[in-house]
Amino acid sequence: MTDTFEPKITAFVCNWCTYAGADLTGTSRIKYASNVRVLRLPCTGRIDFMLLAKAFARGADGIIISGCHPNDCHYTSGNYHARRRWMVYRNLMDFMGIDTGRITFSWVSAAEGAKWAELVNEVTAGIRAKGPYTEYQELAHAGVE
Amino acid sequence: MADLYQLSAASLDALFTALQGDGRRILAPTDRDGRSELNPVHSAGEVAQDYIQTSLSAKETVFPKVEQLLSYDLAPGRVELAGATPRAEPTVVFGIRPCEAGGFQALDAVFNWDSRDAFFNARMANLAVIGIGCTRKDDACFCTSVGGGPGDTKGSDILLTPNPGGYLAEVLTDKGRAIQALAPELFAPAEAAGKAALLVDVPAAFDQPALTAGLPALFDGPLWDEQALRCIGCGACAFVCPTCVCFDIQEEADKQSGRRLRSWDSCGSSQFTLHASGHNPRATQGARWRQRVYHKFSYYPDRYGQLGCVGCGKCTRACPVDMNLKEHLVEASQATVEP
Amino acid sequence: MDLNGKAKELLEAGDVKVVLGFEPGTAGVRRPAFVRKAGRTGRLVFDAACTQNLASYVTRKEVKRLGKVALVARPTTLRALLQLMAERQIQEQDILPLALDAAGQVVELPTAQAIEEHLALESSEIPARDRELLDRLGRMTRQERWDFWQGELSRCVKCYACRNSCPMCYCEHCTMDCNRPQWVPVPSHGLGNLEYHMVRSMHLAGRCVQCGDCGRACPVGIPIHLLTFNAEETVHAQFGQRAGASAKLDYALSTFRPDDKETFIR
Repeated sequence: MTDTFEPKITAFVCNWCTYAGADLTGTSRIKYASNVRVLRLPCTGRIDFMLLAKAFARGADGIIISGCHPNDCHYTSGNYHARRRWMVYRNLMDFMGIDTGRITFSWVSAAEGAKWAELVNEVTAGIRAKGPYTEYQELAHAGVE
Repeated sequence: MADLYQLSAASLDALFTALQGDGRRILAPTDRDGRSELNPVHSAGEVAQDYIQTSLSAKETVFPKVEQLLSYDLAPGRVELAGATPRAEPTVVFGIRPCEAGGFQALDAVFNWDSRDAFFNARMANLAVIGIGCTRKDDACFCTSVGGGPGDTKGSDILLTPNPGGYLAEVLTDKGRAIQALAPELFAPAEAAGKAALLVDVPAAFDQPALTAGLPALFDGPLWDEQALRCIGCGACAFVCPTCVCFDIQEEADKQSGRRLRSWDSCGSSQFTLHASGHNPRATQGARWRQRVYHKFSYYPDRYGQLGCVGCGKCTRACPVDMNLKEHLVEASQATVEP
Repeated sequence: MDLNGKAKELLEAGDVKVVLGFEPGTAGVRRPAFVRKAGRTGRLVFDAACTQNLASYVTRKEVKRLGKVALVARPTTLRALLQLMAERQIQEQDILPLALDAAGQVVELPTAQAIEEHLALESSEIPARDRELLDRLGRMTRQERWDFWQGELSRCVKCYACRNSCPMCYCEHCTMDCNRPQWVPVPSHGLGNLEYHMVRSMHLAGRCVQCGDCGRACPVGIPIHLLTFNAEETVHAQFGQRAGASAKLDYALSTFRPDDKETFIR
């Protein structure tokens, strides 16, 4: 019996940097893993921490969050706020025992098409090795009589 | 009509084995950090020894905190419904107190009032209750003020009263007799040996019929706002209460599938009666507190001919700000006496 | 002056309409007491059993309508009051914090500055037992922490005693009430419990004064205060900010420094 698990990875990316960067990956004809579902937001500062929790609850096995490098935010400071939020949230998740190894944060600029491909490939391989995040997905049924 | 027997403490393990052999799961109070909670047990040794009450009540067995009513799958032009049939595992709840056992009757009044709740009824039909009478009480207890008592048999299928040899066992109902029939050798004949002397004395704290009669006149008075000043409006009292039945129904669905869940709710929460218009008829904590008291002591008697409170005191023990129900009721009954 | 004397003096003077302190309750507990008559101050007590953070009452409309409140305040209560002032939920003139010194004598703290100066003399270290629990959790593996919290949270019944006892949870329309769509599940299944406590901890990060009331309020004994304590510790360790340090808002999650340091962003 072979394991044909293909991870589902949700990516929350900002419109101005990472989304454009991912587009560059495509126009550069770089092939990379197709496991990622990209969700485009105007800015990483807009990413509510609960969106990550919802992604796991809805069946994501891994999550990528990516935006503009510090100092390059299209809205000046959105990514600075996001960074703070991620620092606190990641620590909370780890404290509660959620597998933060399944979440990858990165800065990918509009010029970094190659970086995006590399990131997605690495994350996909890593999540494939970890397996599906069933522990989290079972929560919806825990305690329901 | 109770049949009286003597059950030795040592025979409880054999009783548990017989019950499990009959395919029933056993829920009993177990110790946890100074509290006790109802949990599945397999042997008598797992049952807590030194408890007055569990934190939550046995209503969980027939009215769980989260219950799935149905689920469905969606496809274009098609809805496939599943799970609308109630499931209930044969269960024996062992070691709850007479006050709590008396609570099932109050739940039944609501769940079988105008429509019959199939989920509650399926669980009740599959539940047997082995209660244990009280040899201790604490400051929160007031069973005798509301028609109950430390040895009250209402709601139990078998009531055990601790005595020097183990337990005096009153087999009270058909369900009780069915349990006895699983291991009849454990039930030795007994006399009605002074059951009352074995139990703790719980003096009545207030005259409940007088309170119930006096409540309508107090409705608009300032007492409830005063008593509720420290209430923080959480749901702890409603959720631990053996007779509180308020529930919320939530649909958790997306475009492919969904499920409908029932979960506990509390009239103490600030938005419980918030209308879609924005009007809230119970906009202050005092109005919500008043509702709690009146529902249990005025509306229940009017509507169902019984009280909505069994005097267990769980609400008092659970309350973060010590809203001692007995104390509040004593104060209210004194308010009825004065002109 | 002792507490009862001070309470009487304040009520007789007339500016303060309510003295909010503690009175004896059931079986040795202490519960909030709202004293409005100078002749009734005798029931007020203050001892080690008086643990509840009374700041949670000063934002409630039923209490606000009584008038100016003088309240018995431990250090965490004082921090909560400063945080509430910083968040513009109360004003200095609405309240009169009463701290008690070791001899049981009352120290009036009528201004934010007075509160800040008083707090500078107090330790803000959390109780030893909680420090020990946090350390123990910190030493566990991720899986052990997951198992621990799932074991605890599976007992949660979503009564919201934790939320309602918290002085910082004053929102009239809480995130939990957001129902078009229902953002956080209402039922207390595994997901509903995890998401609720996760949201609450994040909403408290940088605002929690570590009074521990949430953990004490829980009717099933979940040490839920450890989640918010931990979030607060994270904020302090990473950004140097603390809830309730000042009446001037310094909220970690609405501010930033361009050189905030982290180790996990690729």
